[in-house]
Amino acid sequence: MWNFPLLPDQASTFAGRVDGLYFFLVALTAFFTVMISLMVAFMAIRYRETNTKVNRDNPLPENPTMEAVWIGVPLVIVLVIFFWGVNIYFAIARPPANAVDMYVTGKQWMWKIQHPTGQREINEMHVAVGQPVRLTMISQDVIHSFYVPAFRVKQDVLPGRYSQLWFEPTKPGIYHLFCAEFCGTKHSGMIGRVVVMEPADYERWLAGGSSNGGSLGQTMADAGAQIFETQGCITCHKMDDASRAPILKGLYGKSVTLNGGETVTADEQYIRESILRSGAKIVAGYGPIMPVYQNRISEDELMQLVSYIKSLGGPATGTPAATPSAAPASEAKGTPAAAKPAQNVNEPSRNK
Amino acid sequence: MDTTSTVERVSATGIISDTIRTNFLNADYGIKSWLLTKDHKRIAILYLISITVFFMIGGAFAAMIRMELITPEADVFTSEAYNKVFTTHGIMMVFFFLIPSIPATLGNFLVPVMVGARDLAFPRINLLSWYIYVIGGLFTLTALVLGGVDTGWTFYTPYSSTYSNGYVMLTGIGIFITGFSSILTGLNFIVTVHKMRAPGLGWFRLPLFVWANYAASLIMVLGTPVVAIGIVMIALERGLGLGIFDPRLGGDPVLFQHIFWFYSHPAVYIMILPGMGVVSEIMACFSRRHIFGYKFIAFSSLGIAIIGFLVWGHHMFVSGQSSYAGIVFSLFTFIVAVPSAIKVFNWTATMHKGRIVYSTPMMYALGFIGLFLVGGLTGLFCASLGVDIHIHDTYFIVAHFHYVMVGGSVMAYLGGIHFWWPKMTGRMYPEGWGRFSALLVFVGFNLTFFPQFIAGYLGMPRRYHVYPPEFQIYNVLSSGGALVLGIGFTIPLIYLFWSLKYGEKAGPNPWRAAGLEWETTSPPPTFNFDYQPVVDHEPYNYSEIDARSSATVSTHSVQEEQHV
Amino acid sequence: MSDAAHNSLVAHQFDDARQQQEAATVGMWTFLITEIMFFGGLILAYMIYRNQFAESFHAASRVLDVWVGCFNTCVLLVSSLTMALGVRAAQMGDRKKLVLFIIVTMIFGAAFLGVKAYEYSEKFEHHLVPGPTFHFHGVPGHEHAPNAEIFFSLYFAMTGVHALHMIVGLGLMTWLLRKSIKGAFNKDYYNPVEICGLYWHFVDIVWIFLYPLLYLIDRS
Repeated sequence: MWNFPLLPDQASTFAGRVDGLYFFLVALTAFFTVMISLMVAFMAIRYRETNTKVNRDNPLPENPTMEAVWIGVPLVIVLVIFFWGVNIYFAIARPPANAVDMYVTGKQWMWKIQHPTGQREINEMHVAVGQPVRLTMISQDVIHSFYVPAFRVKQDVLPGRYSQLWFEPTKPGIYHLFCAEFCGTKHSGMIGRVVVMEPADYERWLAGGSSNGGSLGQTMADAGAQIFETQGCITCHKMDDASRAPILKGLYGKSVTLNGGETVTADEQYIRESILRSGAKIVAGYGPIMPVYQNRISEDELMQLVSYIKSLGGPATGTPAATPSAAPASEAKGTPAAAKPAQNVNEPSRNK
Repeated sequence: MDTTSTVERVSATGIISDTIRTNFLNADYGIKSWLLTKDHKRIAILYLISITVFFMIGGAFAAMIRMELITPEADVFTSEAYNKVFTTHGIMMVFFFLIPSIPATLGNFLVPVMVGARDLAFPRINLLSWYIYVIGGLFTLTALVLGGVDTGWTFYTPYSSTYSNGYVMLTGIGIFITGFSSILTGLNFIVTVHKMRAPGLGWFRLPLFVWANYAASLIMVLGTPVVAIGIVMIALERGLGLGIFDPRLGGDPVLFQHIFWFYSHPAVYIMILPGMGVVSEIMACFSRRHIFGYKFIAFSSLGIAIIGFLVWGHHMFVSGQSSYAGIVFSLFTFIVAVPSAIKVFNWTATMHKGRIVYSTPMMYALGFIGLFLVGGLTGLFCASLGVDIHIHDTYFIVAHFHYVMVGGSVMAYLGGIHFWWPKMTGRMYPEGWGRFSALLVFVGFNLTFFPQFIAGYLGMPRRYHVYPPEFQIYNVLSSGGALVLGIGFTIPLIYLFWSLKYGEKAGPNPWRAAGLEWETTSPPPTFNFDYQPVVDHEPYNYSEIDARSSATVSTHSVQEEQHV
Repeated sequence: MSDAAHNSLVAHQFDDARQQQEAATVGMWTFLITEIMFFGGLILAYMIYRNQFAESFHAASRVLDVWVGCFNTCVLLVSSLTMALGVRAAQMGDRKKLVLFIIVTMIFGAAFLGVKAYEYSEKFEHHLVPGPTFHFHGVPGHEHAPNAEIFFSLYFAMTGVHALHMIVGLGLMTWLLRKSIKGAFNKDYYNPVEICGLYWHFVDIVWIFLYPLLYLIDRS
């Protein structure tokens, strides 16, 4: 207890940049606080009432130039900080193209993580050094917030909407994972660990699949494909026939024209919404005939479906990271399709 | 001899004699004369008492939080109880202490006197606002007694609307009701300042305290109804099953955050602006100088009030709002820092070549500047997008807003209470104890909240009941500081109470201060002045006052000799 | 305080009747600004969701009876007219007309609330009240509205808060009626009538916004 840590570990590419601005701000705060406090203290002592000897002639006259200086200088300083902060923010907001996808579901009070290769973890997340990771996150109940201090990243996890976050770990180790948005009784128990491994170790871990709750049954896309069949999606959404429903192949990332004439990008959020409330945004030329899947499919399953539809490829360039083509995936093909992944391990206790 | 000028002027008009005067305190007796009073000064006293009660409740809950957090494990409370404790602390302090603190007590007492009016424009509405406040408070206390509420003072949906098991609706109604008390106070101030200023009292002769309260009133009138409707929507959702924020119906829980912060961020300025007004008065008086940059301070209050309405989204940088929205809100947040900086620089310049008197109010005001500096500058951390992503919802934020709200508002509030105590009660408080407790509050405060900055940057999330052990040292320091702070707050409570009976009698103007409130007697008569005050000079004319008082010493004796 | 102008109708804090009247008017306008912000929160929520769920809002809006709404709009507009005439009567010092117009205004106000109650009960019967029993059928050609429940949540919140204001308005009218029967108002003192009139018109104007927002979207 008796040591005084001042900084969390610097374990992502952001950490150094955020800390840089932080140290600048600390220096700025210290400078102004000390400067003004010293000025105040100096004047409080020098011009104390009992000091009759000091010269009080010609006190500062009202002075527009001076006011302009102390309006202008702080304005310039804050604008510098503003642009500096925005610069970092953009980096944090824009995942690189080579990021691997991982899926996070928050619920009172645990984190569930799915790897595209099929591993599932609870309150623990294994990632590799140097490999950017893009998280697609959703909450099953209230708002949570995914926070890894060592990575200097945080993002609220909302119910009903995907939010995303990315980071690139730089240092092997075990780091805190916190829920930062108050989410109920056991809010402070909604914590976990992020395990950053060397790439080789990480590959071994993926292959072993021995970790907490991890089942190397299928890749997420395969699990999604299975749901696609069992839920009957496939009867209308055919691979080659667009008469009853749009073809989903190559949909991801494409721009879609809706019945109303507007266009939307077919991102994860759009796919999710279209499964749950099919009527909300109907592709031009189709009627509202698709059943509503709200309350019939869990968030975890939804993520698998989304992952499957993403795996069907995107428009021209395709999505490099969306399709997990790693070795374990083919290995997983070996298991019979009937072996359903353990996807209902942690079903919400609260079915509203 | 400091009172001579006033007395001379008053007796010249031949209105009063030297018999025992009636003032607003002894004008009438009995509990009914208080509970049905329309006198703004008595209503201010009623507010003072009730606010102190809520402050003590909020403080007790703060003590419980600090007690629990001494060790990383759960020692005193279950998680459920702990969540209710910090929620209660937040709700009590924000809605029932900080927002009404300076406006409803000092503002209520002083704004009419400072503008030379007999009362606020609508005395009955003023009394009504106090009753509304008390009823709202009782609702909230009832919710607590019945079992509490665990949403945090921010009531984020869908936790508050769907998942929480606490008495959200009852608390919500309590806060909704209390909101109207704040709206009515603001409305009263706006009309009073516009329509009831004494002859000669132009806008730029108004004391800066009045400017600050006017700016705060604008926020109360414009912002409070928005949070009120937000809370109504939550109550409708909880009580009647409407679904405006319900994600299962396609509703957007983040919309509630927008509505909530649209008020609750400007609400921070409701808390701090009147405090800045108090500091302006104190700094001028105890530097014995005209306040430096009067117009800049006055307009910076308005600037803060206006720009303050454009920054709410900085509470939501990681909430999933659009990144472009985040950038705009960040920019405005940086810009709103500038008017605060203007004030600090002008206060500092006011001291230059002044005659600094180390009175208790001045100690609080100087403490305010120091703490507000840290509070304001750490606001820059929170405003800059890159850093805020890391520190959002951590103890860094907790430390930052306590520096502003406690280090700023509460220090100013205590300073103001000491400064105008002789005016309000006619008695002086014990100066030595005053200085001692001001020092204690300053030290205790820093000890409590400075470590939280570090704990926050280390990554300790707020509202955590149990926490990883590496944060413990900072929590221990913080809890130790809280003890000192608690003592620092208790001492004034005792000696101010004591001074009501035993304090030295204060004349009309014990500080030789400028301003209409010091021209009337202490405590003032029911209608504030025995004559129609007319203002024929600029505000903060301390050099004239000091010149006059040193002149009257000599002329007075000469005159007396001639009389003899 | 011993101002010549100080009579029993001028409260102690004011110098003269003019100051009192001005203060009261400024006060009421300030209060109305507060009210605008109050409804503003609801209208903001409405705008966001309507933009997001345009189709649902269009379909759901068609369920509302446009003619009943139209009738209510007319009722309120007429009540505003009679209120204005009442203020005029007060200014002229015509007590009888003042009493008459206040009563007529109250009748129209009550009629509005009655129609609103009828509309609400109809919504109950058709399961259009948000909650577990909510079920949206729609009108022929416009059955498709996956987010209709949000529309109706907003419908009830907005019209409910408006109706609450109407009830407060009726309370104010009752107070005015009592005072005017007693003959409290005259040519020199009619400010309360004027101020309550301001409030009444404001509540009316809010409805003028709510009616098209809720009833008239997508009626081509």
